[in-house]
Order: sequence, then C-alpha cells, then structure tokens
Amino acid sequence: MKSARIASLLALTIAGAAASTASFADSLVKIDGSSTVYPITEAVAEEFQKAKKNAIKVTVGISGTGGGFKKFCRGETDISDASRPILKKEMEDCKAAGIEYIELPVAYDALTVVINPKNDWIKSLTVEQLKTIWEPGAQGKITSWKQVNHAWPDRPLKLFGPGADSGTFDYFTEAVNGKAKSSRGDFTASEDDNVLVQGVARDVGGLGFFGYAYYDENHDKLKAVPIVAAEGKPAVSPSPRTVVDGTYQPFARPIFIYVNAKSAEKPEIKEFVEFYLKNGEALSKDVKYVPLPSKAYAFNLEHFGKRLKGTKFGGENKVGITIEELMKLEAK
Amino acid sequence: MNQQELQALRNLIVAHKRWDALFGVLGVCALMIGVMTFMSLFVNMAIEGLGRIDVEFLTSFPSRRAAHAGILSAWVGSTLVMLVTAFAAVPIGVAAGIYLEEYAAKNWVTDVIEINISNLAGVPSIIYGLLALGLFVYTFGLGQSILSAGLTLALLILPVVIVSTRESIRAIPQIIREGAYACGATTWQVVRDHIVPYSSAGILTGVIIGMARAIGETAPIITIGALTFIAFLPPAPFTGDPPAGMFDWLFAPFTVMPIQMFNWTSRPEAAFATNAAAAGFILVLMTLAMNGLAIWLRYRLRKSINW
Repeated sequence: MKSARIASLLALTIAGAAASTASFADSLVKIDGSSTVYPITEAVAEEFQKAKKNAIKVTVGISGTGGGFKKFCRGETDISDASRPILKKEMEDCKAAGIEYIELPVAYDALTVVINPKNDWIKSLTVEQLKTIWEPGAQGKITSWKQVNHAWPDRPLKLFGPGADSGTFDYFTEAVNGKAKSSRGDFTASEDDNVLVQGVARDVGGLGFFGYAYYDENHDKLKAVPIVAAEGKPAVSPSPRTVVDGTYQPFARPIFIYVNAKSAEKPEIKEFVEFYLKNGEALSKDVKYVPLPSKAYAFNLEHFGKRLKGTKFGGENKVGITIEELMKLEAK
Repeated sequence: MNQQELQALRNLIVAHKRWDALFGVLGVCALMIGVMTFMSLFVNMAIEGLGRIDVEFLTSFPSRRAAHAGILSAWVGSTLVMLVTAFAAVPIGVAAGIYLEEYAAKNWVTDVIEINISNLAGVPSIIYGLLALGLFVYTFGLGQSILSAGLTLALLILPVVIVSTRESIRAIPQIIREGAYACGATTWQVVRDHIVPYSSAGILTGVIIGMARAIGETAPIITIGALTFIAFLPPAPFTGDPPAGMFDWLFAPFTVMPIQMFNWTSRPEAAFATNAAAAGFILVLMTLAMNGLAIWLRYRLRKSINW
C-alpha cells in the first residue's frame, strides 16, 4: 500500500516536471547580471509589477556583469544587467549560441574615490597620482602618502577596493592603469562595498573607490576626492551635475541593460523594456544613480523600437565616454 | 588502617575533588563561549531588528525602499525548499543508514562506503552547489527551481542523516534483534517493527541538525541560481489542477532567507542593515521552531517505546 503511494507520487512529480516548466517560462521576464545595475533594475521591476498588477512576473538575480553575460549567452535570461559594455569573448559566446542582443545604456554611475574625512592633506588627486598608488609596480613599495607627494605626511597608505570579479574594478584599473584588472594586489578587496566604506571611515590614511551611491549614502563618514583628469585640467568632484556635463573624467561611466533580441519580440519583454526606458530617469535618480538626459531615453526608446542589434563598443571598454559621445556612437 | 594513612587518603580524595571541580569550571567556560557567542549575536540582532518586525514585514515583497521591503518571498521560499529537502533526505538517509547497519556485510566495500560518507560530511557546501548546477539544473533539466535547491540541500545533509541514523540504531540493545530473529522474523520485519520505531528519536535529532544547517546555507543556493528580487509567490503546493498542476510549485523560481539578508547587508542605505537584522532574527526563530517540533516529536516517540 504505502510503497504504491510513494511510487505514484514520484510518477506525478515527473509528469509535473514535463508539464509545468513551460507554464513558468511564458509570463516571466528573467533578468540577471551586475550588482551595480541591480538597484535600478529592482526599482523598475518593482514598479512594473505594481503597474501590471502582477500579471507579468519579473525576477532579478545578481551574478556580476561577467556571470550575467554567461547566462545571457546561453539563452537563460531575457535581459542582462551590465556595468560595462559586452566584451569580445562574450560577444563570441553569444554569437556561437545564436543570441543577438540590443544594447541600451540606462544610467550613469560616478566611480568615486574616497578618503577619510580627517585626511586634511588631500585637496584633489590627479589620475597620474592614482596610477602611482595603484599600478602593479607599486605593490609593497608605495606604502606611505609621502611617497606619492613629498608635501604629504608620512602616514601609512591603506587601500580598499572591490574584488577582481567586479565591473567597477575593471573600469577603475582600465582608467587608471590603462589595462583592465592590472592593479597592485596588496589592498583590502571586498565584493561588499559596505566593508570598503567601513575600512576608509576607520582609517585616517585610507583610500578606496566604489560607486557613487555608496558615497552619497555615507557622505558624513567619507570625503570624495576631486579628480584631475589630466595636467592643466581643473579638479572636479563627483556629482550628478559634473557627470551630466561631462566634466567628471575619467570616472563617469555608463551602465547598461542588454536585451535578448528574440525575447524582445515577446509582448511582456517589450513592455518591460519600454517601461524601463520611460521610467528609468525618475527611478535611477530615486536609487542615487545619475540618469541620462531625457532625450537620451527617448533616443534609446527609438533605438529599441527599431531593434538595432549589436554593441557600439566593439568588445572594448571605452574609458571616460560622455553622454553626448555615447549617443553618437554607431553600432558595429 | 592507622590515623596517618587515613589522613593521607583523605588528602588524596580532596585533591582529586579539587581537580574534579576545576574540570567542571573549565567545562562551564567552554559551554559559555558557545552560549555567549550565540546570545550576543542573537541579542544584537534582536535590538537592531526587533522594531522592524511586524505583520507588514512578513507579508511584503522586497522593495528598493527599506521601509517597505519585506521577506514574504524569502520565508516562503525557505520553507518550501526545506520541505523538499526533508522529503528527499530523510527517506534516502534513513534507508542508507539502515542498510549499512542491518543488511550490509562487514567487508571492505562497506568500509569504503563508510569512509566516503564521513568524508562527504566535510566537503564544502559550494562543491555541492557546483555538482547540483551540473546535475540537477542542466543534466536533469530541473532548472533554477525550488526542486533543484531542495535536492541540493538534501545531498548536503545526507551524511549527517546517515551517520545519526546509524548511531541511534547501534544504541538499540542487541537482545531485541536476537529476540525477534529467534521468533522467526525476517530482517525487514525486525527493521520495520523494532529498529525504525526505537531509533526514530535519535534519527530525528540528526535530521534537525542537518535541516538547521541547510536553512542557513547560501553558497550552494546562489550557485544553482536563486534570485535576489522576486515579488511573487510560487503556486500554493498541492492546489493546482491534479495531477500535474499540484507540483507546479516545485519548478517555480525562488529566493531564500540567507540570500535576502546577504543582499540587504550589502546595500548602501543603513536602513537595509536593520532589515537584515530583522530577517536574521526571523531565521533564528524558524530554526528554533524546527527544533521545537523535533523535541515534541521525540517526546511523543519516546513515550511509545516500551522495552
């Protein structure tokens, strides 16, 4: 008796597997990818589900920009969050799997370099000085602020940054050292930005970098360093204004969503992406990101309407690209 | 025995008692380290999070606004995953334990199996996640679902269930088996009528220890692809159109409590840290509730044993 019941239960389970995998795929918008883009996508997903009275279901995961593209290029997700443009290797993976995509910038982030508020010797940092501090050759050698600039005190230099899987780390190292992931290794690395915030807030000689939202939320504990992009240029502090007018260089960076072109034909995905672009301006401001100008969202909407496929970056990260330049880029 | 010898003997006893007391103090200290660590963490979480816990917190979906965010999808997800884990791990684990104790011949094959099971208990949980990603998610095509997660955690706690089953079976006096066999019972009859009922209290303890570990696991669940934002519930178990619809929930996307907490602790706004503490508090309560259930069941089972 009992064993017969167990056997029939098992049979039912297997029958259920065959029948129900399909029913879930239909009404779902599956998103995965960067933790940097996550807050915006989460906000959009939340509002979208409210607006649709839960008729369309949205799921958002965090597996990092690279991890997100892996799933995206296997066709497991409809939309991929990315804090940098798609890279050559990922383009090849997608191509091999026959996945085409539409690239849509959704907001800007200001990568912010922070120091302890008690640090009174730094008024600004040049990219050159950041390179002195962060280049691979500095490992074990540059350990005091005095070594960066003779006028600065002989205080130990304590460095904090995101881990090597992060798109933020890729962008910073590319902008400062000229090559993504090329950095000294003797710094405190954490995927959790709050660990970096705590580290710099507790150490007078601390220096760290992460997305603007974390600085904005902790501006009483941290000081943002104005950045001098090149010799003779003025020192510019990160702020929504300096990002939009293109003066905060080279650390203002666009963040993206990539939409699977085949998924985009489905009405629920189309509706979601349009909702994203129509409400992206207000919602990205809401979660402390820098929205693109209104015309950029309109431009993106048009871009999406035409289903323009491919990337405008040719598989490389372009450092210090302004919004104006971004809109003028042609898809390759 | 003269007075002098008696005095020496008394001194010796006093000295031994002193050592005894010293060991007692050491034991209490060792116990305190564990208890105090737990208590300070628990009290800390309670102070930080208790104010945040209300009905709304338990019945709301995650949100970008900390004050509106809740753990509905997380606790439902955790509960359903635990259900699958229990249904998978208990029958398999107990059956394996019974086989090894009552049926298996004592030879080198059994020894190899035993060593492997003990070793499995020490394998890092992320390895189970990677195995499950390849096996359940892709090869069996179960997808990133509650079923995959439940089976993954079942694998994880299987060694604990097997070992505790064997331990409690061994505690059953040999005479009981011999008595049954002497009356002509088969091995299966002995197992069904004596071994399983008498060892079920001990097995239950092992199951709960395993489940308590599983409910806090994050790494394997993230590996197989649990989500972070999910603002809908899986279909209620056993309510869809039978027969297939009843098991829809097994294939639903999900999130679990530890993932929700992890996400909240890494958010910039301090208010999310409060949410994480509140969720942590609820998670501890869920574990305590499971323990409570086990204690109650154990009490009932013990009462029914009359040797």
